[in-house]
Amino acid sequence: MVATSLPSGSLENWAFAMSNSAKAEAVLALHRFGMGPRPGSIAAVGTDPRGALIAELDRPLVLSAAASLPSSAKAFRTVADANARRAARAKQAQQQAKKQQVAAAPVMSEDQTQGQVQSSGTEKDAAEMAAKQAAEAVPDPGRPIYLQEAKLRTEAALGADIGFAERLVWFWSNHFCISAYKIQSMSGAYEREAVRANALGHFVDLLLAVEGHPAMLFYLDNLGSMGANSIAGINRSRGLNENIAREIMELHTLGVRTGYTQDDVISFANVLTGWTLVPPGDNPEHGGEFTFNPRLHEPGGQTVLGKRYEQEDAEQGRAVLRDLAAHPATATHVATKLARHFVADEPPPALVEQMAKTFRDTEGDLKQVAITMVSSDEAWRGPPSKLKRPGEWVVGMVRATGIKDVDPTRFTAGQDLLGEGLWRPSAPKGYPDDEASWIDGVGRRLDLANNFSERVAATADPQAIIEDVFASEIAPEVKQAVGRAESRQQALALLFMSADFQRR
Amino acid sequence: MGFVNHLPTRRELLVGSGALFAWSQMPRLARAEGRDPRLLVVVLRGALDGLGAVAPVGDPDWISLRGDRALALDGKPPALPLDAFFALNPAMPNLHRLYKSGKASIVHATATPYRERSHFDGQDVLESGFTRPGATSSGWLNRALLALESGGRVDPRGSRALGIGSVTPLVVRGSAPVMTWVPQKLLPASEDTQNRLLDLYQHTDPKLATVLQARMKLASLGGAPGTGDPMSDDPTLMPPGIERVRAYFAEAAGTAARYLAKPDGPRVGAMGFVGWDTHIAEGAASGQLYNLLGALDGAFAAIERNMGEVWGETVVAVVTEFGRTARINGTQGTDHGTGTVAFLIGGALAGGRVIADWPGLKSAQLFEDRDLKPTTDLRAVLKGLLRDHLRVEEKILAETVFPGSADVKAMGGLVG
Repeated sequence: MVATSLPSGSLENWAFAMSNSAKAEAVLALHRFGMGPRPGSIAAVGTDPRGALIAELDRPLVLSAAASLPSSAKAFRTVADANARRAARAKQAQQQAKKQQVAAAPVMSEDQTQGQVQSSGTEKDAAEMAAKQAAEAVPDPGRPIYLQEAKLRTEAALGADIGFAERLVWFWSNHFCISAYKIQSMSGAYEREAVRANALGHFVDLLLAVEGHPAMLFYLDNLGSMGANSIAGINRSRGLNENIAREIMELHTLGVRTGYTQDDVISFANVLTGWTLVPPGDNPEHGGEFTFNPRLHEPGGQTVLGKRYEQEDAEQGRAVLRDLAAHPATATHVATKLARHFVADEPPPALVEQMAKTFRDTEGDLKQVAITMVSSDEAWRGPPSKLKRPGEWVVGMVRATGIKDVDPTRFTAGQDLLGEGLWRPSAPKGYPDDEASWIDGVGRRLDLANNFSERVAATADPQAIIEDVFASEIAPEVKQAVGRAESRQQALALLFMSADFQRR
Repeated sequence: MGFVNHLPTRRELLVGSGALFAWSQMPRLARAEGRDPRLLVVVLRGALDGLGAVAPVGDPDWISLRGDRALALDGKPPALPLDAFFALNPAMPNLHRLYKSGKASIVHATATPYRERSHFDGQDVLESGFTRPGATSSGWLNRALLALESGGRVDPRGSRALGIGSVTPLVVRGSAPVMTWVPQKLLPASEDTQNRLLDLYQHTDPKLATVLQARMKLASLGGAPGTGDPMSDDPTLMPPGIERVRAYFAEAAGTAARYLAKPDGPRVGAMGFVGWDTHIAEGAASGQLYNLLGALDGAFAAIERNMGEVWGETVVAVVTEFGRTARINGTQGTDHGTGTVAFLIGGALAGGRVIADWPGLKSAQLFEDRDLKPTTDLRAVLKGLLRDHLRVEEKILAETVFPGSADVKAMGGLVG
């Protein structure tokens, strides 16, 4: 037996002992599958990047300080309460303003006619202004909750050794996106409760968690959706909302144009009637939580994709979701999107097929699918052609400097500026994953990189980042540009804007 | 939303910086003379091309040296005559006016003792006041203040120094407490940074190059996204790059002046402006450098305006780490050099002069056959200002402010 000995000393020494090709693969692993290199991360990846990525998936995916955050239902109730108080104040102020104007009217103007025309407009404005001011006096608790959630999520991304698991959370959160424009209070808690908790489990559990989450039901308009023959439907003129049924099939599971019909959409929408939340005003303990309301539910069986579902309650919807999760089209859809996100805009078909096969063979075990991806040579072979999405790029920049403190206002403002507002995609499709969608934003990235570099220039040494954080695995042109920069700020901005740092 | 309406009160500023300072002491000697002098140091980071800023139009070798890139009295636009020999970049009418009224001087062919060509090391020597880089973590201005305040004993509650920017310039760092003010708005990436990035992309990523080029083109066209508030955070409302730079320079310099003007405010301050490293497409007469000098000229106007009544007791020293090559390089720019200019402005100056022991521009007269040869030690100028304006003792200047400069004689007659 040939004795092999590891170099003695610290992990850092071990990293220096790594061969250049091992370092290159470690850097690629961090950029392509992780949150980007940070001090010490090359050593953490070691000589077996694939093994290191896989090992990270065995660690629990919990947020350390999440206990301090309100649940989605609690957050929803808090905002609903504030809104109610706000509306009451506004009404009161408006009435008061009108009373005062009536009292003041007789002495207002000498020119009655003109004066009245003018003053009626002014009165209305004044009353509205008073109402607005009164409402604004009640602070909106939704934004602080959003920022606190953003802080914890970003800290997790900065604190991860590699960040593969966090990237998977981000991926699934975007795949099953909601929008904080519509439902800010729950946006962060939704990700924690439904996505993070299931991102490394089976797809079907993830699917059941997100589609049954009040935030998703709110976002995709299912709260008031009622069957035509339900108790509520008979008594009212309102009816069915198809939105969530269509998006589940088109975006979340099967994929567009995979054979489902408009009839399938309507049937599935009927199946999901009654999936709603406990109204917050009625129930200070459970308001905002999921509930199945039989009064809204369309009675009787439904046929979806040729299969009959006779269940009478929420089980009917769960049964359809289970079948959608197990559908072969879902395996292909999910595998394609994952590979497109991590590997290439046009991912190698062989890689997609390997991942889809694992999905099918393991009943959608998402950890196994992720393992298949990073174990495949196809996932490593291609050039770093993908442009990092703004969120990854910003986090990567901060990680490179070793900073771990998060000012969530700065982060979310930066994300907004770059067109990837946190939990704010403009449509249920989520943020796109192709270069064409993001490349025109490179100019704005430069503004951000420039400002960030100015702030950190006193403590971040660009040469040290290149040598220690990137193990010098960076194009000679970039090294040269950094070396010749007129200031540390400029050197850092050039480094963060380089193709080596933006592509993976 | 301009900064004019948002000059933080001293209290806000102090609370914001987490400490309460008191400004009780005044430079004693100057005060005994009934004066209350102010000194602001502006560091131009990246190495200003002195020949592109102040041209030796009377030198017979000037035109042949720079060709059609040479500033000239009959250029378009024409350079502004300073005396029979030198002319000022046409982007600087304010400086020209100050010069003509005796409130500005220009030192030419000057340099620190640093003779290598690294920006970082050059700035370190310029600001530390030592003869070699990496020697200390304090700046000459801070040490001068320390000497002034109380004969070496610094009152930890008293801050007489102001640093502007999120990174306090080394020149003002040290054991004398420094208050800092960070402009609320952000400096856009300079034209130089954009050019370098474009060059990098052209060698590594053609797609990114195309996108960046399109953005730069758009900015240069002006108009459309140029009508908004120059300091707006909304990029769609932002004017083209240079307008933002002008606004930033004016805000930063104007704010420094406001603090220095306060009766109970700091008496010395320092700030840095980046963007002077013009390797590519320098544009002294119409492009990049012209724009930057114009922004600097606007900053001078803001200082003069905001100093108000104490303008007469003010000196502003504008310095850079080194100069640039005398000749134009292959990319219509200039590379790192040696001799350059320093601008002095302020109501306390006995100005209206270009101070230069002109070395000439023939090949043999250039430093290492490439750079304007330095004939005036910048430390002599700075020592002159510190001695005659702030009344720092000569011995202290030679020993602790600029260590090892005993044989560099302080230049007299700079202030009136």
